[in-house]
Amino acid sequence: MKIMPCPLNGPRNISEFVYGGDVRQMPKPLECTDKEWAEYVFYSDNRGGVVTEWWLHAPSGYWFIAERHTITDDIIRTYDASEMFNQRVEFDLPTAEQGE
Amino acid sequence: MPFSLLKYGLKDDYPFEKDADFPLPSDLKSHYDVVIIGGGGHGVATAYYLAKYHGITNVAVLEKGYLGGGNTARNTAVIRSNYMTPEGVKFYSASVKLFEELSHEFDFNIMYTQRGQLTLAHTDATVRAFRQRAEVNKHFGGRTELITPKEIRELVPTLNMNPAHLPVLAGLWHLDGATARHDAVAWGYAKGATQRGVELHQLTEVTGVDIDNGRVTGVKTNRGSISCGCVVQAVAGHSSLMAEKAGFKMPITTYPLQAMVTQPVKPFLNPLVSSSALHCYVQQTSRGEMVFGGGSDPYPLYNTRSTMELKESLLAHAIEMFPFMANLRLLRQWAGITDMTSDYSPIMGLSPVQNYYVDAGWGTWGFKATPICGKMMAEVVASGGKIPDLIAPFAMSRFDTFKQVNEMGATAASH
Repeated sequence: MKIMPCPLNGPRNISEFVYGGDVRQMPKPLECTDKEWAEYVFYSDNRGGVVTEWWLHAPSGYWFIAERHTITDDIIRTYDASEMFNQRVEFDLPTAEQGE
Repeated sequence: MPFSLLKYGLKDDYPFEKDADFPLPSDLKSHYDVVIIGGGGHGVATAYYLAKYHGITNVAVLEKGYLGGGNTARNTAVIRSNYMTPEGVKFYSASVKLFEELSHEFDFNIMYTQRGQLTLAHTDATVRAFRQRAEVNKHFGGRTELITPKEIRELVPTLNMNPAHLPVLAGLWHLDGATARHDAVAWGYAKGATQRGVELHQLTEVTGVDIDNGRVTGVKTNRGSISCGCVVQAVAGHSSLMAEKAGFKMPITTYPLQAMVTQPVKPFLNPLVSSSALHCYVQQTSRGEMVFGGGSDPYPLYNTRSTMELKESLLAHAIEMFPFMANLRLLRQWAGITDMTSDYSPIMGLSPVQNYYVDAGWGTWGFKATPICGKMMAEVVASGGKIPDLIAPFAMSRFDTFKQVNEMGATAASH
């Protein structure tokens, strides 16, 4: 059994967790080009080495950040998202009037 | 045969160079017209078709491990063309046709056996989807039909018709479904290619790619640098890492895929059987072993380790389908690392680097495409980058224009 140290719930079986993708900067959807958006949505570094990712503890609905080695399968560090995001993130999404 | 064996037994210099299937290792030349990175099925098939149909023989296949030792040796050797999209069906049907003749073409037995593949539907929605797949298949030259539970029972008497309380409502019966010895496919292509002058360099790892003005000019390896006219990258699970050396990103995420076999038993299962809801496929090899495969691992990794969780869930489902298999023992377990694309279709053709062609995104469906992919990539190389119609929909640039080829519904086990 592989153990994921959850910052909220402590060490738990990794089958309780859901992988949520790399932590990365979203381009502004209203301003970026199609190519930039495609890069963000589809292309990935798919790195062999240490990656910083979003993970979800499904039973408690808690999202956090994990640093993980994709070759050795070691989990190096997990921490609450507030360590990386210390202020509110504005997503700059289209408002109802701007949408169709 | 026994006499020739005796002859070899009495000689002390076996194997004779002239009789050996592959030439002895040689030094790298300073220049090749074509460098193929990756000595798996796809790489050597490309080399074979280049040499045989296009007369291009100044070709080096560079393999960091040994011939066919990656995913070519790790797949579950399923050959089928019952896909969902017209683009996919046309492409994989062409592959099935090449597979049928491959033993003759090589004069080497790849143990190709057409046994039919049966996919089980457990919900009304799946039955509807299967009906569509059967029609698309028939239209584009495959042999696929929807069959009833009664016919399924006749075809596979040992199958539990109510596995995990998911009654079998119908089956997608694909007559073209087949299996072959996957190592032999790589060996056959490599033998045919090297006999025509292609060089296969094993234990030769590409460590860098030389690019001049947006155009590839050579590669660096652990055995020295070589210059080349063009490069074909066919490295499966390591596609993103190799592309990074050439300076571009790919729309690929690498996940492990685990599979396993049991001890051998008497032949009882002829078709390849898979269940869409149980995420499991089961087949019996010609040796009698039962092969199980399922979905990919739940998170990306470049590691072929095995996990208890996957064994438990996969075997639980396999035993639901064939309850008596609970008495069998597992013999081997392994994993391959697969280059998954988000639309479950491959990537073939041009890359952002000129004369650097990619053959990637083969996820869990690469083996069955080996012949046609090799043939198409050889055409791309020989024509200097002109893309044949058959693989035009699978260009990497489809992700930039949001024109994916969605094959998600067509995987034997959901990934």
